[in-house]
Amino acid sequence: MKARVHVMLKSGVLDPQGEAVRHALGSMGFDGVEGVRQGKVIELDLAETDVAKAKSTVTAMCEKLLANTVIESYSVEIA
Amino acid sequence: MHAAVIVFPGSNCDRDLAVAFERAGAQVSMVWHKDTDLPQGVDIVGVPGGFSYGDYLRCGAIAANSPICRSVITHADKGGYVLGVCNGFQILTETGILPGALLRNAGLKYVCKPVELCVATADSAFTSGYAKGSNLTVPIAHHDGNYYADDATLDRLMAEDRVAFTYCDNPNGSARDIAGILSENRRVLGMMPHPERMAEPLHGGTDGAALFAGVVGQLADA
Repeated sequence: MKARVHVMLKSGVLDPQGEAVRHALGSMGFDGVEGVRQGKVIELDLAETDVAKAKSTVTAMCEKLLANTVIESYSVEIA
Repeated sequence: MHAAVIVFPGSNCDRDLAVAFERAGAQVSMVWHKDTDLPQGVDIVGVPGGFSYGDYLRCGAIAANSPICRSVITHADKGGYVLGVCNGFQILTETGILPGALLRNAGLKYVCKPVELCVATADSAFTSGYAKGSNLTVPIAHHDGNYYADDATLDRLMAEDRVAFTYCDNPNGSARDIAGILSENRRVLGMMPHPERMAEPLHGGTDGAALFAGVVGQLADA
């Protein structure tokens, strides 16, 4: 079973990398980009076969390591 | 007075930190990250700068979950002293020993230069050797030193006089110019600038030496 975790800076936290990308897009002629937020995607290959258990285990991983919940939010997809 | 300096794969200021503690009169043990226990009778733990685990995932995140860090958390919980410098500060926030987090520098660049700090409080063993409001010059060398915490946490740090140092000219976008903060019991200091790199004349200055003299002196008397 595969899990995909999206980690993003929380909305109130300034994302200087996203801002730099937004400026670059503007200077390349891509108008109308009003905001860019950059995050990361973490893919996990799990031995677990139960979707609910996998989701709760990956959520625990996010809380303990994969995300820093002081500054980041996360979402978990099980496929 | 016994100091332990933790060594992670990728630490690069561990020996500098050890020398600074030694010159201030401490006996120093180096402790490998896979060890599970601190040496008996350790008074202060130094968490050094560097790039532990290659800064993978987030700076300090993997180090914060290493075996020795469980003992460092226990040591801090029991009222032990801890000094985290640069990557060490990042690790202390990742463990939750200190509040907040260190984000990418606002200018997105790695910044390596001497900076002027203002001593925001003299009320701690670490800052007792400085006068409140005085300035010192020490180097910074980091890519992720932009201190962040929510407004309630920042207000609380200020109200409790727990900001140890501020930048005179903010180099990285840190909230409220914060360069270093203290724990609630004032025994844990985390800071991005490197006092151990400005601790003897050959470093080009000795402004950082009083920090080590202060904490080692206070613990030796205790």
